Amino acid sequence: MNDSARFVLEDHPNNKPKGERMTGSARIVASIAAVVLVVGAAAAFAIAWRPALAAIDPPAAQSFDAALVKKGRELAAIGNCNDCHTVRGAKNFAGGLPVPTPFGTIFSSNITPDAETGIGRWSEAAFQRAMRSGVNREGQHLYPTFPYDHFTNVSDEDDRALYAFLMTRQPVRAPARENQLSFPFNQRLAIAGWKLLFLRHDTYQPDPKQSAEWNRGAYLVEGLAHCGACHTPRNALGAERVSAQFAGGDVDNWHAYAINDQSRSPVPWTADALYAYLRDGFHPDHGTARGPMAEVVSNLSSVPSSDVRAIAVYMASVSGAPAPDRKGDEVAKSSAQASQSNPAGAAIYAAACASCHESGRPLPYGGIDLALSTAISSPDPRNLANIVLSGVRPVEGERSPIMPGFAASMNDEQASRLLSYLRARFSKQPAWTGLDKTIADARRTQTVFLQTSPGPRNAPADPTQRDKP
Amino acid sequence: MMTLKVNGREHQVDAEPDTPLLYVLRDDLQLNAAKFGCGLGQCGSCTVIVDGKAVLSCVTPMVLLEGKQVTTLEGLGTIAEPAPIQRAFMEEQAAQCGYCIAGMMMRAQALLQRNSKPTDEQIRAELEPQLCRCGTHMRILRAVHRAIRLMDTADAAPANRSAQ
Amino acid sequence: MNAPVILDRRRVLTGGGALIVSFSLADAFAQQQEAPAAAPAPSPPGSLKTSPYLDSWIRIDADGSITVFTGKAELGQGFKTAAHQIAAEELDVAFGALKVVTADTKLTANEGYTSGSNSMKDGGTAIQNAAAQVRALLIAEAARRFDLPAENLRTENGTVIAPDGRRSTYGELVAADMLHVQAQPKSKLKDPSIYKVMGQSVPRVDIPAKVTGGAAYVHDMRLPGMLHARVVRPPSYGAQLTECDTSAIEKLPGVIKIVRDGNFLAVVAEREFQSVKAMNALAAAAKWKETASLPKQDDLLNVLTNLPSQNTTIFERSNPAATGVKTIEATYTRPYQAHGSIGPSCAVAQFVDGAMTVWSHTQGVYPDRQGIAEMLRMPPASVRLIHVEGSGCYGHNGADDAAADAALIARALPGRPVRVQWMREQEHAWEPYGPAMVTKLKATLDSAGKIADWNFEVFSNTHSMRPGGAGSMLAAQHMAQPFAVPAPKPLPLPEGGGDRNAIPFYNFPNAHVVHHFIPAMPLRISAMRALGAYHNVFSIESFMDELAVLAGADPVEFRLKHLDDQRGRDVIEKAAQGFGWKKDRKPPPDRGFGFAFARYKNLAAYCAVACEVEVNRESGRPRLVRAVAAVDSGQVVNPDGLTNQIEGAIVQSMSWTLYEAVTFDDTRITSTDWQTYPILRFNSVPESIQVHIINRPGQPFLGSGETGQGPAAASIANAIANATGKRLRNLPLTRKRIKDAIDA
Repeated sequence: MNDSARFVLEDHPNNKPKGERMTGSARIVASIAAVVLVVGAAAAFAIAWRPALAAIDPPAAQSFDAALVKKGRELAAIGNCNDCHTVRGAKNFAGGLPVPTPFGTIFSSNITPDAETGIGRWSEAAFQRAMRSGVNREGQHLYPTFPYDHFTNVSDEDDRALYAFLMTRQPVRAPARENQLSFPFNQRLAIAGWKLLFLRHDTYQPDPKQSAEWNRGAYLVEGLAHCGACHTPRNALGAERVSAQFAGGDVDNWHAYAINDQSRSPVPWTADALYAYLRDGFHPDHGTARGPMAEVVSNLSSVPSSDVRAIAVYMASVSGAPAPDRKGDEVAKSSAQASQSNPAGAAIYAAACASCHESGRPLPYGGIDLALSTAISSPDPRNLANIVLSGVRPVEGERSPIMPGFAASMNDEQASRLLSYLRARFSKQPAWTGLDKTIADARRTQTVFLQTSPGPRNAPADPTQRDKP
Repeated sequence: MMTLKVNGREHQVDAEPDTPLLYVLRDDLQLNAAKFGCGLGQCGSCTVIVDGKAVLSCVTPMVLLEGKQVTTLEGLGTIAEPAPIQRAFMEEQAAQCGYCIAGMMMRAQALLQRNSKPTDEQIRAELEPQLCRCGTHMRILRAVHRAIRLMDTADAAPANRSAQ
Repeated sequence: MNAPVILDRRRVLTGGGALIVSFSLADAFAQQQEAPAAAPAPSPPGSLKTSPYLDSWIRIDADGSITVFTGKAELGQGFKTAAHQIAAEELDVAFGALKVVTADTKLTANEGYTSGSNSMKDGGTAIQNAAAQVRALLIAEAARRFDLPAENLRTENGTVIAPDGRRSTYGELVAADMLHVQAQPKSKLKDPSIYKVMGQSVPRVDIPAKVTGGAAYVHDMRLPGMLHARVVRPPSYGAQLTECDTSAIEKLPGVIKIVRDGNFLAVVAEREFQSVKAMNALAAAAKWKETASLPKQDDLLNVLTNLPSQNTTIFERSNPAATGVKTIEATYTRPYQAHGSIGPSCAVAQFVDGAMTVWSHTQGVYPDRQGIAEMLRMPPASVRLIHVEGSGCYGHNGADDAAADAALIARALPGRPVRVQWMREQEHAWEPYGPAMVTKLKATLDSAGKIADWNFEVFSNTHSMRPGGAGSMLAAQHMAQPFAVPAPKPLPLPEGGGDRNAIPFYNFPNAHVVHHFIPAMPLRISAMRALGAYHNVFSIESFMDELAVLAGADPVEFRLKHLDDQRGRDVIEKAAQGFGWKKDRKPPPDRGFGFAFARYKNLAAYCAVACEVEVNRESGRPRLVRAVAAVDSGQVVNPDGLTNQIEGAIVQSMSWTLYEAVTFDDTRITSTDWQTYPILRFNSVPESIQVHIINRPGQPFLGSGETGQGPAAASIANAIANATGKRLRNLPLTRKRIKDAIDA
């Protein structure tokens, strides 16, 4: 990583308690410790407790400036709000999406301006507080599944625009679903401790050494776009590991690839490629954005292209030059070698995959040349397992890629052999282990994703085509 | 040569491992129901059941089928003794040109074998890979609902009939 | 499947005696015409006009088995069953006592194409009258034998019965040549009130096989020694094959032959998958020279309106007293749209001893035969075209081309049956599309809110490039000595092509309708279900709503205000009532109501559709919630069959209207499969569709296969406008276009 100033979440100094022994002076220390504890508890209480902010009458939609609402719409698209706050088949922003975490399942909340079940009675200050500090109007701490550790960086004006957008949406009566968390995670006060450890409120500061575009990208990525929320690994308490920013993370049962210098993409990403990928939903060297990323690019296709370019520029600079041992044009292992050691996998590939993946038909409608697939080169086989089993489903009414899923026609052993073969043939990485379990898990969890995710609205755009109605 | 179990009978099939099941069913075994609609896994006209699950036979090569049980529409019943799903489609007259219907029925059959009382929403979601160009969708849904009722009153397991 | 029946219709009557005999059977006919020997007699109805001999339609064997011949084909629309019902009814036999043979150039009358929703009107009417007249002849024969007056005799279950109990079966009564008489212009038809099978929802005769894996389609044919062929089509219109090294492909497993004739390239193999693999290898080996000749896909409005056109005023009415105060105008566009048959086209052909037999799902066995005979330079009598069902064609799709492909290849392999199966991409790229169209409308309201002046212009290609000539078929166009594509001609009114339903069915004091016929065809086009009526009705009925809004009127009331035709009014009122349409009824939030009406071709079936659409304001996604339709098709033959057609029309039209457009760059068609030409899937299917049938016993049959598409399209468009307050005029009404309109 380069050393340009970037916003970084740092561990709070308080989380490194030191042990002490009880000696003669220990009593003094003990009493000091007691005072510290009492004061600490009081302080903790003071920190943990948040006042309720007064409920307001839901503001009339007409009271918001149209231009502000429009700006808020674009920001909400960058923030991907609809993706978490809308569940398949239900109303926009009405919440209810189950988000599995290591601590249990959390359901997204209703952020329509409904007075009783949504945020209709939230003042702008209440909304800003939620974005900055993860506290709802009533003063309860919000689970950091809502990534306010990123949204805390959103500027006041942008919060205002987002508020205007949300308050002018259709109010939907949809009471919140009970989170499914076990003790102590179901105690919201515990979140206060989490925040103490992991939440920083520094507003993003632009880096004068960088271009305006770069800074815009940094502001968006670190803030609203919250890329790190998926693409950064988390610690045992579920907070992003700052020192490993963008080194890869998890969402549902997908692996969000490393997008820093540890990226395993066979062809290194450039700003142009990333821009095309984010804007159009695919790039010939990298594949098509499907899985949870599909909704992200679907949203990004509707925001000003300058913002997408800013994100691309910033991310390209963060990921830096590829490590010297990875050159994009190296030839992968010969197919003969891979076939010999795994004839079953080779036969399955030749019979079930090659007809599309060696057809040469351009993306996004042809199968990607698998030598370019990050899924195959990634240390984590889950994405490949997900795609092979479930395929790629069409977007309603839009030109979009369709790949059949093989969950029903392949048993676990066949899928495992195939994945091994693909790894050996099309990547230069060491073999995966535990594929049987990966596949069994993928079968189970992918169904949930496919059933509850709202799904991308639009499809990857093919820039060589003319108008796509 | 490989052994393929179709509709309860074993067949010796002389086909390359990369031959899609669809061609073996139609050309080697003279079974008509599974149809060529696209060969790309996009339309579902070729749907059959393998080991209880609906698969697209046009993108299922023979190499995957060793030891598995294939069921086609012919294996469910005949005009004289139709299975509940076939009776339901006949009673609802759920066909216009009918080309997509075998695939629809097999996917519905697979659903009903694992969930005998799906909701309308579940049926629609399940049928999403199946295309119908004539617009027979309403009848197809009614037929599946009727099949649920018919299966309720009959033996729910499909008759494993020999097709030949 | 096709039992060879030797029936030579070309036997000439000796001396015409039988003809005169049949005309003198005066008692048999309720309404007698003047003796035909003198003045030219009025024609018998329907297709009897062109095929007047009764034995062209009905054959009764000595054992009593009855065969009905029709030149129309079963396309999945239920025609075969309906014909069966009609024949059984008028012959007064049990439904199961007869069988129907369809379109075969050796066996059946030449009824042209099964198209235009004319099968019931022409084919059904012919069968109805022929059957009635055959029954009358049988009664007359029984009367002669029993020496009783014919009117004392009755029929039941294929038997003529005398009051004294004497009986004679049809088989006993029929004699050689007895039915080889020309049909009378009028028949004594059965009274609808005593119908036994007509008007009943008799289950379709073809469905049982289709749901049990029976052989039902041309795709299912397996003839002894049959070979499998695949065509390698050029990558674009006009592409020239510059080189093709076939040596490696010839050695591939199972490959029998490679057929190459100019730009026509095909490979034949023993087994089907072998032919697919060989096709892929052959396609890779073929090098083509392409020409960028396609217009700008996103600029069709200007492309079409700037192409040279032949302009005809097809309707004019003038009433200077009627003047208006408010004028609006609008332009509506439709892109090229594909038939998108779910089963790509297929044909089987066999060339034996100088005779070519082709099994095809063509809509017109006779015209196709003519085209193939011309292409092969054979006498038409040596070519036999037999219709075997395909998947729904919705007009002129790749069927005729596949038939020509098969014939051309079969000729190169005499004796062997050859099966040609098109690939999905070939069907999508090479089928002749429904033409892109532009309509320009302008109308004026008077001070009472009635339309005083109506102007309608439609810009369109022809909507039929059917064979006919060899030049209509790809194989013939691509051969080394090619046949020229025939010059396009407009289909004449009253049916019309691009101008089908361009003349408003409403009553306007001033009206002016112009058809701009565009001969140049940048993309390959031909007839697609409803032809110009889909877009013309979409335009008219959208514009009627725009005018209703301008007049502050309820859309249903507004239409009734301008419609005199009583059957039209009935259908409108029925649909509105079935829907629960009330003036000023407010739809639920995010939803809208829409209404539309048309009489197909202004002379076929009437249809009105009311619907409710929900629009997702964040995404723009339109969702058809429910639709209610009313249809009047005259005497209903099979109510369930009719309902099936209307339900299907609404769903199919919904897909066309919301999603579909052929895409292309400057050289190639780029919508070549279901990824790139998406159609409706189950997640968009409405919650309910109700169809109300207004039966008109005894009235002529009105074709109903194409009557729903136009009204459904406009109804949906009107509902979207009602839901969003924004009017969309460019098809398809996609999510993105709706969202952009909402955001604007």
